[in-house]
Amino acid sequence: MGVIIDKELCTGCGQCVDACPFEALELIDDQARVNDACTLCGACADECPEEAITVPEVERAADERTASAKGVWVYAEQRGGEMPEVVAELLGQGRRLADELGVELGAVLLGAGLDGLCGELFALGADVVYAADDARLELFNDDLYCEVLARLIAEHQPEILLAGATSLGRSLIPRVATAASTGLTADCTGLAIDPDKRLLLQTRPAFGGNIMATIVCPSARPQMATVRPRVMKRGERVEGREGRLVPLELKPEDQAATEVMEVVRAIDDQVNLVGAEVVVTGGRGLGKAEGFDLVREMAAALGGVVGATRGAVDAEWIGHAHQVGQTGRTVAPKLYVALGVSGAVQHLVGMQGSDTIVAINNDPNAPIFDVAHYGIVGDLFEVAPAMLARLKQLRGQA
Amino acid sequence: MKIAVCIKQVPDTANVKLDPETHTLKREGVESIINPFDLFALEAALRIKEQAGGEIVAVSMGPPQAEEVLKEAIGYGVDECLLLSDRAFAGADTWATTAALAAGIQSLGDVDLVVCGKQAVDGDTAQVGPGIARRLGLPHVAFVKGFREVAEGRLVLERQMDDGFDVVALPLPGLITVVREVGEPRPPSLKGKMRAKKYQAPVMGAAELGLTPEQVGLAGSYTQVVKVFAPSASGDRRMLEGTPEETGAQVIDALVDNQVIMLGS
Ligand SMILES: Cc1cc2nc3c(=O)[nH]c(=O)nc-3n(C[C@H](O)[C@H](O)[C@H](O)COP(=O)(O)OP(=O)(O)OC[C@H]3O[C@@H](n4cnc5c(N)ncnc54)[C@H](O)[C@@H]3O)c2cc1C
Ligand SMILES: Nc1ncnc2c1ncn2[C@@H]1O[C@H](COP(=O)(O)O)[C@@H](O)[C@H]1O
Repeated sequence: MGVIIDKELCTGCGQCVDACPFEALELIDDQARVNDACTLCGACADECPEEAITVPEVERAADERTASAKGVWVYAEQRGGEMPEVVAELLGQGRRLADELGVELGAVLLGAGLDGLCGELFALGADVVYAADDARLELFNDDLYCEVLARLIAEHQPEILLAGATSLGRSLIPRVATAASTGLTADCTGLAIDPDKRLLLQTRPAFGGNIMATIVCPSARPQMATVRPRVMKRGERVEGREGRLVPLELKPEDQAATEVMEVVRAIDDQVNLVGAEVVVTGGRGLGKAEGFDLVREMAAALGGVVGATRGAVDAEWIGHAHQVGQTGRTVAPKLYVALGVSGAVQHLVGMQGSDTIVAINNDPNAPIFDVAHYGIVGDLFEVAPAMLARLKQLRGQA
Repeated sequence: MKIAVCIKQVPDTANVKLDPETHTLKREGVESIINPFDLFALEAALRIKEQAGGEIVAVSMGPPQAEEVLKEAIGYGVDECLLLSDRAFAGADTWATTAALAAGIQSLGDVDLVVCGKQAVDGDTAQVGPGIARRLGLPHVAFVKGFREVAEGRLVLERQMDDGFDVVALPLPGLITVVREVGEPRPPSLKGKMRAKKYQAPVMGAAELGLTPEQVGLAGSYTQVVKVFAPSASGDRRMLEGTPEETGAQVIDALVDNQVIMLGS
């Protein structure tokens, strides 16, 4: 198993060894050799200057579902009658994929007392809503939700199923994919259709955000993905738009094994990073906790909220709820201002979808400048006050 | 209570650096470690055993050198280990990984509780725990952050949600995945370390688990990686030059001109 290396062509340059994300290639006697860690991802073949590497196609018998499955589905997560923002984003993205494939967009809704939500899903672009409205589904539990969803999938056979990479989605959806015997890609930040093969191209960060990987599920249906909040654009909301409602009855014997005894609403620290239009982030360049005073002032002046790097959070200058990045929140505001942030990949994956990025850093080589639309090399304690002063002046307050 | 803990050996991603020139991973000197989240899984299992008594078995699927993390687990105080290792397991996605792990756990006999970490830092999927649960027909609760009640036949847990947390009763046998908040891992004990030195984990391959080569590893995976690339730097970079006063004013003016900032607000 593994890629095939043409011994005649291989010059032992070692570029493939560096390119391999899985440590599957080594140089032995000045020749590249592949080991068991190979996943056939092809990164080496793209890199090889001699074209000495070929990637064999893995043949997995496509099951009958691949030919017959039709339609794009979105799992419309709700808790207590509230849907998170990601549902609208998924419907926006789902609509684009469905139109490209020429199929219907379905939304799946599980819960109790859902009447108000169905109309909202139609308004957000769903052609069909599959709704299981039952007291047994009032509170989220993985086991019963999973069986109901798996039953719907088996009956209607969608070709794609998207869900939010939320706490709920990342608990439920892997169970559903297992029940449906199909592949699942976690926490995607990009989705596209390969028109020739009609496959969903699912792109996600891996290795702590150090690399991006594009993943497909060629041989089973549905092709399933959880999608990171705040990366897809929501679609147009059309009030009064109508669609088809397909109700699903639970069976008498359906019963959840787990029991939710209490739901506690508690959002740490009240920082609404994810929904903010403007985020001003401070990093270790602030020097000390008091440095965040300037960040707060800037955030207030721009009508935004305060973000932080892990560096600043680890230094205990500010709470974890403010952290942006791989292990914090993903944000995509209209304006992102980075003060004293180096721009480590783990930080960039959490903010590079922002519409406009401004970075101030005294190191001209800081990687944050690679993603910034406006970069200023300088001392943030001089540049940021100058920005504030100009803003006041323009607003006629100076 | 018989508890199985799933632990994975991963590269220490904290030290994986991207080569800025070639955009490839620099792996020299990168160590293999226990997946950090699995230390919390171990800690949770140890605490439950302290309350309920019983036995803990650490299970890992990986290459032969994954035995190192199992030995480490012995140091932390687990009773036994099981290594699932076979050339055929290589290249597994989460579907094929859960096939092997579920079969491995089944081979242990009557397990009351399976504990997994929240996610593995190399793949970051968080899919393996819920997948194992469904394969074994067990209920699960993911992202557990605290324990309210540990009893024979039932756990009452706090599970983290985006908008707070839920208190959930899980009947046993069942599976949980845990987050950092379950508690700081204790250090390995001296006694445990001594035992780890001599300990040899039993190893099972696909055949012993009753799995065919088509069910595991790359061949048994539904998903395929088709492309790997460096995260793109997408910004159309414009560096502003001048004194702090000049650049500060320039950037505000540009943002106002492009209607990113509204002066009215
Ligand atoms: C698995 C993993 C997950 C991670 N997840 C995240 C995550 O979610 N979010 C995150 O942010 N990080 C994350 N990190 C950490 C990340 O790798 C970086 O360490 C971190 O982002 C660096 O924070 P920083 O930019 O504040 O600090 P530094 O890298 O120390 O950068 C400080 C910058 O400030 C500049 N500076 C100093 N003084 C001034 C001044 N007076 N004026 C202007 N500029 C100045 C310096 O030139 C420097 O570029 C993660 C790491 C790992 C391994
Ligand atoms: N190869 C493996 N061996 C043992 N446990 C694993 C393995 N892969 C994943 N796990 C467990 O499943 C959890 C989630 O992993 P993942 O779904 O890969 O993010 C980990 O924290 C481990 O507890």
